[in-house]
Amino acid sequence: MADGPHAAVGTVHMQPSVTDDASNATAGTKTVLALRGLTVSFSGRPAVRDVTFDVPEGQVTALIGPSGSGKTTLLRALNRLHDSARTAKVTGSVVLNGTDVYGSDLHPTLLRSRVGMVFQRPNPFPAMSIYDNVVSGLRFNGIRKKSLLNEAAESALIAAALWDRVRDRMGARAGTLSGGEQQRLCIARSLAVEPEVLLMDEPTSALDPQATRRIEDLVGELSDRVTIVIVTHNMQQAARISQRCAFLLMAEDRAGELIEVGPTKQIFGSPQDPRTADYVEGRFG
Amino acid sequence: MSILALDPILTRRAEVQQAAAASLRRRQWRSRIALGLCMACVAISLVPLVAVVGYTIERGAPIWSADFFSHVSTPEGIPGGGIWNSIMGSLIIDGIATAGSIPLGLAIGLFLAQSDSRTAGVIRFAADVMAGMPSIVVGIFAYGILVTTLHHFSAIAGSFGIGIIMLPIIIRASEGAFRTVPKDLSEAALSLGAKNAAVARRVLLPTAAPGLFTAVLLAVARGAGESAPLIFTAIGSQYFVANPLQPMAAMPLTIYLDGIQAYPELQQFAWGTGLLLLVVVLVLAATGRLAAARLGGGRK
Amino acid sequence: MTTTRHALLGTAKRRFPRHHPAVPNGLYRVLLGAAVLVFAALLVALVVDLVYQAEPAFAHFGIGFVTGTAWNPVKVQYGAFPFIMGTLETTVIAMVLAIPIGLGTALALAYLLPYGTRSVLGTAVELLAAIPSVVYGLWGLLVVAPWARTIIEPAVGFVFGHSGPGSGPEIGIGLLLAGLILFVMVLPTMVAISRDVLAAVPADQVEGAIALGATRWQTLWRVVVPHARTGLLGAVTLSVGRAFGETMAVAMIIGNTPALAHSLFSTTATMASIIANQFTEAEEPYHLAVLIAIAVLLLVISVIVNVAARLLVRAVGRSRTSTSIAVA
Repeated sequence: MADGPHAAVGTVHMQPSVTDDASNATAGTKTVLALRGLTVSFSGRPAVRDVTFDVPEGQVTALIGPSGSGKTTLLRALNRLHDSARTAKVTGSVVLNGTDVYGSDLHPTLLRSRVGMVFQRPNPFPAMSIYDNVVSGLRFNGIRKKSLLNEAAESALIAAALWDRVRDRMGARAGTLSGGEQQRLCIARSLAVEPEVLLMDEPTSALDPQATRRIEDLVGELSDRVTIVIVTHNMQQAARISQRCAFLLMAEDRAGELIEVGPTKQIFGSPQDPRTADYVEGRFG
Repeated sequence: MSILALDPILTRRAEVQQAAAASLRRRQWRSRIALGLCMACVAISLVPLVAVVGYTIERGAPIWSADFFSHVSTPEGIPGGGIWNSIMGSLIIDGIATAGSIPLGLAIGLFLAQSDSRTAGVIRFAADVMAGMPSIVVGIFAYGILVTTLHHFSAIAGSFGIGIIMLPIIIRASEGAFRTVPKDLSEAALSLGAKNAAVARRVLLPTAAPGLFTAVLLAVARGAGESAPLIFTAIGSQYFVANPLQPMAAMPLTIYLDGIQAYPELQQFAWGTGLLLLVVVLVLAATGRLAAARLGGGRK
Repeated sequence: MTTTRHALLGTAKRRFPRHHPAVPNGLYRVLLGAAVLVFAALLVALVVDLVYQAEPAFAHFGIGFVTGTAWNPVKVQYGAFPFIMGTLETTVIAMVLAIPIGLGTALALAYLLPYGTRSVLGTAVELLAAIPSVVYGLWGLLVVAPWARTIIEPAVGFVFGHSGPGSGPEIGIGLLLAGLILFVMVLPTMVAISRDVLAAVPADQVEGAIALGATRWQTLWRVVVPHARTGLLGAVTLSVGRAFGETMAVAMIIGNTPALAHSLFSTTATMASIIANQFTEAEEPYHLAVLIAIAVLLLVISVIVNVAARLLVRAVGRSRTSTSIAVA
């Protein structure tokens, strides 16, 4: 993780303030992802430690915090992207709709068809046409039925607000689109597989303000279709688009910890933890 | 969105998941087999290396002896020859070639490293293309320039050919080595009013020295193994006469000329010479690469 | 950044006290300029000399000797077509093997092998490129040719039903053997450049595929390889260029029969090998000139292929600079 300014918030290790997790059940919203004691270490040194919270279905949950607080590391643990890193070790549990993500019942390849990811820099496949890009996820997962591919592609492109732009040029190369459009293409590509959760790692940080705005609008519309977990270093963005926020902070030993999680209104309006208050009021990072 | 609008998504999701699960085994097996084939390719790629080195050692080592290295070759049928003339010939021919091509190559490499003009681009491209030139063509060039004019075969004609083969290697490798010097250092010097010459001498040469060392090693390794430029320039000789204007033997030539003969004794000579040449070339090349990796000369 | 600049200026000031030029800059520029001129002159001289030596052949036979199939110096008949075909055929055989095996090896080196073994094996493959051509020729002639005669050619003959490409006496040396040894010789080039090109594919392309649920092979085959296709084409072209120009090893194992090959087991010749084989004995009228004319043809083809290859590889941006013999 990049080094960044971080606050030394005293030597007392405080328990994370976890608000309203119980209210998931009472309010009738299902928990799609349950994280319990999740720790990710590299060569023995923890980058993210002991994270516990629930991600409710149909909402946008934002992971916020200054740089270096382990947000991206945490996100990538959710679709097992750390599997290919030799020095990485993940302990604790992540449960996706009742199935242990790191268990032997769920093959990582199948996991990733249920938990999609959109990256910081748009990464469409340049050698493929727009159509091939959108259906690439489906094809990777062994789906060849033309009707299903076409249906899914159209539906995903509509959802990503790209359909009108590309419907006549599905055969064109992905590189002919602008940066913001390419990112929406990547979103469509992930949506076509109809995942249950969509992870987004700072999806607008490489885009201009106009494109950023369009994607923020999109995220709101998408949450009916797929649960979204979004990492953002932009507090205002989190406040605009999320319903739930989890605030992470780097401790003295450089491991990221969950400080507070709860409804966005609360995190920004009346945070329970003073460190959260410091962050959302712009006093650091 | 109403429940009704969500329905196609949910059904599609179920369909996708089912297809994904159903095809998982097939995809996994395909992946394993394909990746296994790739690993097999690595093994296949290494077999020739082992085979060439192994057989060369097996067939060349038995003939190695003190006499083998110190005697000149004898005519066919007469026992007790050696490859002294070939060894010395290689040293002289390659030595002259190196002496000629290194200063020239370094100078051009220096020029290319300090200049980004269009001329530099053309020269660079020309050197690249020259590197891929067939060695037989170079041999004919050397023949035309030095053999027909002097009216006899000579070692120096061979050196000329070998030098031309070495030249592009030195040019490209030395340019690479000079360019690894951090630009800031050169620019700081230039901003103080130092001219290119001083920058070259005080900054580029010392810093790039390891990379230049590598460049020379690799070029010499290549030059020492070339025989096509020699077959009609130096053409080989049974004797050793330290006169570059006369024909001269060389290790690669001996390997070729003896190797194609039907006599087992001559073939053995070819193996023995081949082993020596192999050892020399591999040691030079391996040292060059190790130096490049360790000292970081020329490689990004 | 400012601290670095100060440090550099400090160093530079120490090394460059004013008014103490060790080499006058004017002389320096002259020397470098002279070197460049010499280089340019060499290149020009090479082309001029070759064309000059070949001129008698072009003047007497015209360019038509390229299509003639009869080669009989005694009768002053020079048809170079068999050698052009020989060059093409040996190259095709070599590339048919080198492309898949080279690509597979490069993929393994770039993506599949653990970091430690990666560099060791990669260096080992590159050392293959350092082995001199004559040593390959010697090994091919005295070790592999017997294998070809006893095992490989009978097997190939069996596959073809001893007819067509698999017909004729199985003597070991010939077209097939030349193709096989040529394959070994171009493999390092193919592997080295392909590996660089494949490794240069950005990591987020790979991650993007994985994140969609692709298997490792799907990622490599459907995303990485297509992404690198221009550079891979450059690797192939460069290898072809190398194969065209390869002289000594081929000369030792192809038989040098100046005739078209009618099967894989035929002895034949390539442009480079026939020159090496006949040059010193070329006494008949025009013989030498024709051989040199073939060399001119070889040079032209080789330059075209090399230029194409450089343009393709350059388009990708190599990370390997010039310390590679394999590329030469």
